[in-house]
Amino acid sequence: MSADTVPVTGWGRTSPTAARPIRLRSYEEAVAAVRGCGARGGIPRGLGRAYGDAAQNAGGAVFDMTALRRVHAIDAEGGTVLCDAGVSLHRLMQVLLPLGWFVPVAPGTRHVTVGGAIGADVHGNNHHVSGSFSRHVLSFELLTADGEIRTVRRGTPLFDATTGGMGLTGMILTATIRFQPVETSLMSVDTERARDLDDLMVRLTTGDRGYRYSVAWIDLLARGAATGRAVLTRGDHAPLEALRTPGRLAAGTRARRDPLAFRPPRFPAPPAFLPEGLVNRRTVGLFNELWYRKAPRARTGRLQRISAFFHPLDGVPHWNRIYGRGGVVQYQFVVGHGQEEALRRIVRRVSGRRCPSFLAVLKRFGDADPGWLSFPVPGWTLALDIPAGLPGLGTLLDELDEEVAAAGGRVHLAQDSRLRPDLLAAMYPRLDDFRALRAELDPRGVFTSDLSRRLTL
Amino acid sequence: MKDAFGIPQSLLVLGGTSEIALATVRRLVVRRTRTVWLAGRPSPGLESAATELRALGAEVRTLAFDALDPESHEAVLGKVFAEGDIDMVLLAFGILGDQAHDEREPVAAVRVAQTNYTGAVSAGLVSARALQTQGHGSLVVLSSVAGERARRADFIYGSSKAGLDVFAQGLGDALHGTGVHVMVVRPGFVRSRMTAGLEEAPLATTPEAVATAIELGLRRRSETVWVPGALRVVMSAVRHLPRALVRRLPL
Repeated sequence: MSADTVPVTGWGRTSPTAARPIRLRSYEEAVAAVRGCGARGGIPRGLGRAYGDAAQNAGGAVFDMTALRRVHAIDAEGGTVLCDAGVSLHRLMQVLLPLGWFVPVAPGTRHVTVGGAIGADVHGNNHHVSGSFSRHVLSFELLTADGEIRTVRRGTPLFDATTGGMGLTGMILTATIRFQPVETSLMSVDTERARDLDDLMVRLTTGDRGYRYSVAWIDLLARGAATGRAVLTRGDHAPLEALRTPGRLAAGTRARRDPLAFRPPRFPAPPAFLPEGLVNRRTVGLFNELWYRKAPRARTGRLQRISAFFHPLDGVPHWNRIYGRGGVVQYQFVVGHGQEEALRRIVRRVSGRRCPSFLAVLKRFGDADPGWLSFPVPGWTLALDIPAGLPGLGTLLDELDEEVAAAGGRVHLAQDSRLRPDLLAAMYPRLDDFRALRAELDPRGVFTSDLSRRLTL
Repeated sequence: MKDAFGIPQSLLVLGGTSEIALATVRRLVVRRTRTVWLAGRPSPGLESAATELRALGAEVRTLAFDALDPESHEAVLGKVFAEGDIDMVLLAFGILGDQAHDEREPVAAVRVAQTNYTGAVSAGLVSARALQTQGHGSLVVLSSVAGERARRADFIYGSSKAGLDVFAQGLGDALHGTGVHVMVVRPGFVRSRMTAGLEEAPLATTPEAVATAIELGLRRRSETVWVPGALRVVMSAVRHLPRALVRRLPL
């Protein structure tokens, strides 16, 4: 019973396994740790926001990257940043928003590291315009299994294997990222309601072009004619003049004095031991009803803070505790354009099964990026959080997998904790290339995770 | 690796002809399990069980394993773990014995105790160490309500299960926080080959019901599972009944 292992889980808190955590404080320590990590290998871990087992490594090492958190250089004119892989997007917002630069892609939480964002090739509500995170990465330094540090540039096989490669090609040490310019730290937001799924899909198809950011929250407990009713939130960064427009911001408010301020609110965390079953059909049904009713039928130009627009849940630390010790499963899939019927069938199925999901989000993806295991492809993506304890959930999700695979779609590996391994090759056509590159680059399997074991990546 | 619902991909069954074990494996194979090791004394029954599971799509291998030969456990089970991670070990071997006969033949009684208890202690410790090295996995131990309170009708069997039960509980505590999950399953009277011809006890159940309860326990990462669930309440009452009363109960 060795004392130096600790149980590790993903954000969903399902399937804990024990690993040796190694906190890396310098590149030298990183090289030494990778060279000496033992038979069961190691996997880099950032802030642990992947829902599944991507940053777990049973019986081996888990490299805690969060101490490598220096921002090395900022080009305040051109908007490029060179930083360590353990720097969080939250930190980058704190540093760069006052200079007028914003992260090129903001995923559902800003508490992810740069290394994690590249490894999972995360996407945001601007995917239809800006693509996924890797599109804005110019190069990175990768510590590979042989203990060497390589500079990896765009357009090389190693770059494309690493973006979306779930940390299995090596450990990213630093990255150079291009940011986007903003005039203020506020968002100008349009909100509208869609009365059912078809209405929602029409609105997303016709209207997305006019917005940089677009996402729909969808009520999967609504049934009958209201199946798939939703609230669309779309917007863009507010220009400076929007703050000066009379009537939109009271004179003398903080936002007007300091248009680039970034002060996200912070609420208390839920208690550590909440009972299972708080997130159930009744509570989620009530929440969904209120959330839908509270949203305006149509409102344009509302000013909202960046934190409220992108990351409403980030203000509550450990919010995943609300699911109790049973944890939560996130299921995110994408099906291509022209597969709307598959999407409708899945939504009807989930609604019919009354899955209590209050974080269900539908979005249209734009063009794909070249990462071999990168998730986004052009089409429709739906993400749902479902309590892992829901009876029959495993079978239901297996059935949805079949539907998704048959429609040529795929599920998101960063969220996955339960995919049937034999479906993976159909979902990710470049899987064989990925396996071949790994066999060559890392024949001993130094970089190994529970995810890679479960799905033989 | 187990998935978010605790369903294993690879499974080692110690006692590969146990009806409860096979009902459990069938259930798990339908969901996720691909690799199954059936360990037991070589017999046509073991091979036909393997054939049946192969038909469900699993890759099944049989393994010669004798609970009564603890010296061999390290080598036999070591070979299995050397071939790859095992996500779940189902410790299912056990014999009921014949109470009346065994009371007259102490050697036969000792055989019950050695199979159910010392054999399981050895196999349990060997498996636990291997699971701990790989940092994950479930050890599911089939105990019995018979170990909860001594009964005139089966106290030799009951005492062996009582020993096994306490051993497994302690092992679970020892392994807490190591990524290894130990689950003690306490079925009541299970209608199976082992109990054929015996008079059925109240709250009797089936191997399939035990399998369902095991699947649920894996998802919840339960430490103790009663089958049927009502036995938890019933046995906690029976446990506290005075001896004089228990002796007279028609249990």
